[in-house]
Amino acid sequence: MCGLAGICPVNNPQADAELLRRMVARLEHRGPDEAGHHVDAQVALGHARLSIIDMAGGRQPIANEDGRIRVVFNGEIFNYVELRQELRAAGHRFATDSDTEVIVHAYEQWGDAFPHRLNGQFAIALWDEARRRLLLVRDRPGIHPLFWTHRDGRLLFASEVKALLPAFDRAPALDLTALDQIFTFWAPLGERTVFEDVQALPPGGMLVFENGRLRQRRWWEWTFAEPGDYLAGSEADLAAELRQRLTEATRIRLRADVPVGAYLSGGLDSSVLAALMHELGADLRTFSIGFEEKGLDEGDYQRLMIEHLGARHSFLHTDNADVGEAFPRAVWHGEQPILRTAPVPMLLLSGLVRENGYKVVLTGEGADEVLGGYDLFKEGKLRRFWARRPDSAWRPRLLQRLYPYLDLTQRQGQAYLQAFFGQGLEQATAPWFAHIPRMTTTAHAKHFLTGEVRARLRETALDGLQAMLPPEIERWDPFNRTQYVEARTLMSGYLLSCQGDRMLMANSVEGRFPFLDHEVIEFAGRLDPRLKMKVLNEKYLLKQALCDALPGPIVDRFKQPYRAPDIPAFFGQRTPDYVEAMFDEGTLRDYGYFEPARARRLLEKARRGRASGYKDNMAFVGILSTQLWHHHFVARFRDHFHAIPETVRKGKNERGRTRKEFHSGEFSVHG
Amino acid sequence: MNVEERVKSFILENFLFTDDPAALGEEDSFLDKGIIDSTGVMEVILFLEEEFGIKVMDDEIVPENLDSVRNIGKFVASKTAA
Repeated sequence: MCGLAGICPVNNPQADAELLRRMVARLEHRGPDEAGHHVDAQVALGHARLSIIDMAGGRQPIANEDGRIRVVFNGEIFNYVELRQELRAAGHRFATDSDTEVIVHAYEQWGDAFPHRLNGQFAIALWDEARRRLLLVRDRPGIHPLFWTHRDGRLLFASEVKALLPAFDRAPALDLTALDQIFTFWAPLGERTVFEDVQALPPGGMLVFENGRLRQRRWWEWTFAEPGDYLAGSEADLAAELRQRLTEATRIRLRADVPVGAYLSGGLDSSVLAALMHELGADLRTFSIGFEEKGLDEGDYQRLMIEHLGARHSFLHTDNADVGEAFPRAVWHGEQPILRTAPVPMLLLSGLVRENGYKVVLTGEGADEVLGGYDLFKEGKLRRFWARRPDSAWRPRLLQRLYPYLDLTQRQGQAYLQAFFGQGLEQATAPWFAHIPRMTTTAHAKHFLTGEVRARLRETALDGLQAMLPPEIERWDPFNRTQYVEARTLMSGYLLSCQGDRMLMANSVEGRFPFLDHEVIEFAGRLDPRLKMKVLNEKYLLKQALCDALPGPIVDRFKQPYRAPDIPAFFGQRTPDYVEAMFDEGTLRDYGYFEPARARRLLEKARRGRASGYKDNMAFVGILSTQLWHHHFVARFRDHFHAIPETVRKGKNERGRTRKEFHSGEFSVHG
Repeated sequence: MNVEERVKSFILENFLFTDDPAALGEEDSFLDKGIIDSTGVMEVILFLEEEFGIKVMDDEIVPENLDSVRNIGKFVASKTAA
């Protein structure tokens, strides 16, 4: 895992080399081990490296035999061992043992089809000097980020937007459509980012820049079997096949020249991974986090798994104030507004991993999306069942079986639950049907936008979603439609980025995701959805596949979603200064996104301890993070992106390590 | 302020985040207008119990009692008269 950046074409090698160094300096947290640059008359490629495979030889950029193909790369090619054998047999000569070099030769061998041969997580920039073409490629589900901007005929690209901003003369503007999408789906859609004029290469995307022209396409897409074409075989056989595929996905993800740890939440997914690692003979070193607030803590289940597998475990206890304090840093690294504080504990957890000398962890993200775990999928099933008889009094009562773990349900009259979950029953065939309650709750945050901002929104968030749906989605089972929408919105645009890659990389830790192995994803896409969720039993086939490797209570426990304290994080014994500063009437007016009086009323309600529902919590965190985004990337643009960072002025220190990043999102109200 | 006025002011402040009385009619349905959802109703009940010293029973948590300023006014009156 690393960070990459580049410029094409080069105008002035000296000036562009300097610009490239400033870009790469902003990625130092992603790759603190070494920095590499290549600048010639045509292209500039830069790299900040976190050394994991071939510590000595894996320095980037890396080139082919004659130096005419060069690559910078962030990620891992887990099947590099097999690919190298195959490519050697085809006559390619390798100069290193790194997985990066496999990319160069794979491109020579298979041309633009080469990503299909890769099993891994990657963002790649490849320069083909002979054809003068630059290729940007991103992995299938979107584990590693890649952003680009096209300015004055040049393509600039980088692992994070903060590395593009040194090339901007003026502070970036917030893309209001992206904000509207975040306040609906938790993430901007497709190639849109919250930075105007900055695009994301979408998951499974490829961009070719050749003769001054940009061409983009998707080389991989989530797909599902149509009813009637599901995998045949008994439940036991399919469970065995799932287990075999997950074991293989885990096995190749243990490949590294440094020790590999694992996150262990006590939930089913991380427990499955820990059990598989144990079976594969890995030294089990695990990490977890726990919360002050009752109901959010999973400590008992964690302890059960640790004892069951004999893991060496480190536990980080966080209290609400820790979350509040680290929040501005999470926004700095995540680079977009968020509706929950949930990324913050992940930021603190990767810090724990790093402190313990680890830089790679296996983690369970993707299991819910791929194998059917989320409550939202259950809600969708129940609400569809209800929609067939909207006047039934009995059907909506099933909803009360959904959320026994929340204290909230105690006194919510049935009528109110029905009114909430009954929204949009008439849209039961829409691909986003299951998402309607979540979208409406999230959209409460839009209530605080100024009239001017709302008037400038041209397309609705749902228009944007509709435009990116594949036509065949109509033929998929509704359960699979929900999985598709979830994977293409919240998972790639929020879970794997703001809460995943960015929170890991902030502390130079690489996450690896066996459940997002494309062979697992493609296998699950061909399963009958009833095997993924049997009636309301989530991840049914996964439980069947692994039940003999796990303690009974882990398999049988009621699924608890991962959550962190939201509003309470900011109003404990003391409120961090930045909260008041960001909700200051003048600041709200200057930044121009939210109605100052309204936002202040929400702040006061939160301060009184009276903001208890999801709606207020999400609106509060949404406003605060948008304000902080503006503070970091717009208000302080000159300081953060045009000041010369320490690392550039003074170079490396005596141990060959670059100095601490000059800015890591610490907040200074007066700074 | 009478009961309806106190309820309306509470809803404006805590759910609509404004002091503009025109933002809410006395008979506007909280559910239809998306003002109050299943957790919001708990905030309303807490307010009623604290502000008017009444106890709201589980079977009273229905829109007929709680879904508009007017309904709440009538509900509170019936509880305090009892």
